Amino acid sequence: MLKRTLISLLLAAGIAFAGSASAETKVGFIYVGPIGDHGWSYQHEQGRLAVEKELGVKTSYVESVPEGADAERVIRQLATSGHDIIFTTSFGFMNPTLKVAKQFKNVKFEHATGYKRADNVSTYSARFYEGRAILGTIAGKMTKSNVVGYIGSFPIPEVIRGIDAFTLALRKVNPEATVKVVWVNTWFDPGKESDAAKALIDQGVDIITQHTDSPAPLQVAESRGVYAFGQASDMKAFAPKAQLTSIVDNWNDYYIERVKAVMDGTWKSTDVWDGIKPGMVEMAPYGDAVPADVRKLADEVKESIVNGSFHPFQGPITNQKGEVVVKAGEVVSDKELAGLNWFVEGVEGSLPK
Amino acid sequence: MDLLLPAMLTIITAATPLLFAALGEMITEKSGVLNLGLEGMMIMGAITGFVAVHLSGSVTVAILASILAGVFMAAIFALFVLKFHASQVPTGLALTIFGIGLSALVGQSMIGIAYNGIPTISIPLLSKIPVLGALLFEHDFLVYLSIAMVVAIHYFLNKTRAGLILRAVGDSHDAAHAMGYSVVKIRFMAILFGGAMAGLGGAYLSLAYSPLWVEQMTAGRGWIALALVVFACWRTGRVLLGAYLFGGISILQLHAQALGIGIPSQVMSMLPYLATIFVLVIISRDIAKIKLNAPASLGRAFHPSR
Repeated sequence: MLKRTLISLLLAAGIAFAGSASAETKVGFIYVGPIGDHGWSYQHEQGRLAVEKELGVKTSYVESVPEGADAERVIRQLATSGHDIIFTTSFGFMNPTLKVAKQFKNVKFEHATGYKRADNVSTYSARFYEGRAILGTIAGKMTKSNVVGYIGSFPIPEVIRGIDAFTLALRKVNPEATVKVVWVNTWFDPGKESDAAKALIDQGVDIITQHTDSPAPLQVAESRGVYAFGQASDMKAFAPKAQLTSIVDNWNDYYIERVKAVMDGTWKSTDVWDGIKPGMVEMAPYGDAVPADVRKLADEVKESIVNGSFHPFQGPITNQKGEVVVKAGEVVSDKELAGLNWFVEGVEGSLPK
Repeated sequence: MDLLLPAMLTIITAATPLLFAALGEMITEKSGVLNLGLEGMMIMGAITGFVAVHLSGSVTVAILASILAGVFMAAIFALFVLKFHASQVPTGLALTIFGIGLSALVGQSMIGIAYNGIPTISIPLLSKIPVLGALLFEHDFLVYLSIAMVVAIHYFLNKTRAGLILRAVGDSHDAAHAMGYSVVKIRFMAILFGGAMAGLGGAYLSLAYSPLWVEQMTAGRGWIALALVVFACWRTGRVLLGAYLFGGISILQLHAQALGIGIPSQVMSMLPYLATIFVLVIISRDIAKIKLNAPASLGRAFHPSR
């Protein structure tokens, strides 16, 4: 008798608990790096905090999840623990996200910088290449050695887009300049990023930009007296003299919008690719070293991107082999940009196949 | 070749943390203990050194603090392995994970703090020598210390009685025990020394190499140091060679990429590890030599028969 009462009590409590849990939306976040990277994952974390502040929902996060089998485990863990929407914030989480999404049809997934979707999987990314075009413009005006260094992480389309947009803008204002690319094959390793920065500077570059997540290259630039651009967040604290500006990712508005959609029941799988105009890509304030005329030019480029009169990938574009792949008046389509795998003229460095 | 000098300076920077950690681990292994907790000890040294220099402003305090952090971690390891006779391998692994997590916890308030790095010390007359001066005599204190430790450890192991006793404990702890030496005490001190050196290696990362704190900034260097000890056949000179070889290949592959040499970057990234495996294969062909140098009691728990 006692046993049955106990079991029925527990069942009732369980149902009540489950019922109350489903009433409140729970949001999960998975980061590829530590929130302390002061770069990529840090900005996603700012997005999470904005969601908590604005909407008052419960959020949880797991940081430093390596891309691969471990990612699947973590995503599944979040899915089974009552989360209604899960943001997986790295390209390498693509396949694990889809796999888990197939098994948890009631949970919504938002995958950053990927290209595979499902009914319950959305993709989103920022048009960082718009920011890169502004960086390239500034670099073109400020380089004295006409060689600029680019620390690349992995040769995936997102990184290649950044390199190409940067180089196109660079050579638009300075046709003599070239870009040296070094691949470090990691998103985050301050020591290795430092080494890459030093190697590039030793070989004559006087401006460094990166697609890796730590502020280490800026520190090297500061100590060697060259200029650099921050990545994903404002890294001025690490390089007060060296940082010219930085691309700042702003995920706050997008995250709030998507969580609200889940709460309202209006969530649908979409592919969002927003840039400067909707506010997803922001630029950090200019460093003191940037002269007034360069600031003006950079602002003009930014304005022209926002009002649509300039597209960082508008023709004519010549590729690294010397062929004209985009004619004047044409623009590289979003589809081709999403799978971009070739370098433009002016990039020194090879693309691993 | 004015690229050679800057490249070599960067190589020295890359090799130093490996050198510290590998030297410490070599002593620990010479006493017969396999310490897989190097990565955790290094990263604790890194965060402690960074916190210390931030709070006190003094490099000396930072170096001492990082040594203490390494010793603290090593003491935990020693407690489990020597007192509780826990298996050395999983204990070391657990300590690595613990160290990484603890350092992240301690380091949360240190994120985003910039530091200029420890000062370079130019040795008065010698640094004026044309090429060698800049290469050898203009480094920070920790680089000089690492080379001094190579010399000191070589002397200690091969020319002193204490070193002989250490090696005896590592080769046959039963015989050493029968001779009346306290195996536990000697191993304890060797483990603490290994932890101290690992702490120094970590401190070099956060104080000089890339002077900031980010989680997991050791990025696997502790494991590389472990491989280096085997690579070096437990001989001091070879540890030095291995650390510089490994550091050298890591740097040169970046330079090769920047120069536009057309080998895929992933192959270049593999090169340091491939080189280590290659040398290990060559060394392993001479089993006699390995048996001669490897501590015979490595990894085996010590249970005194009396």
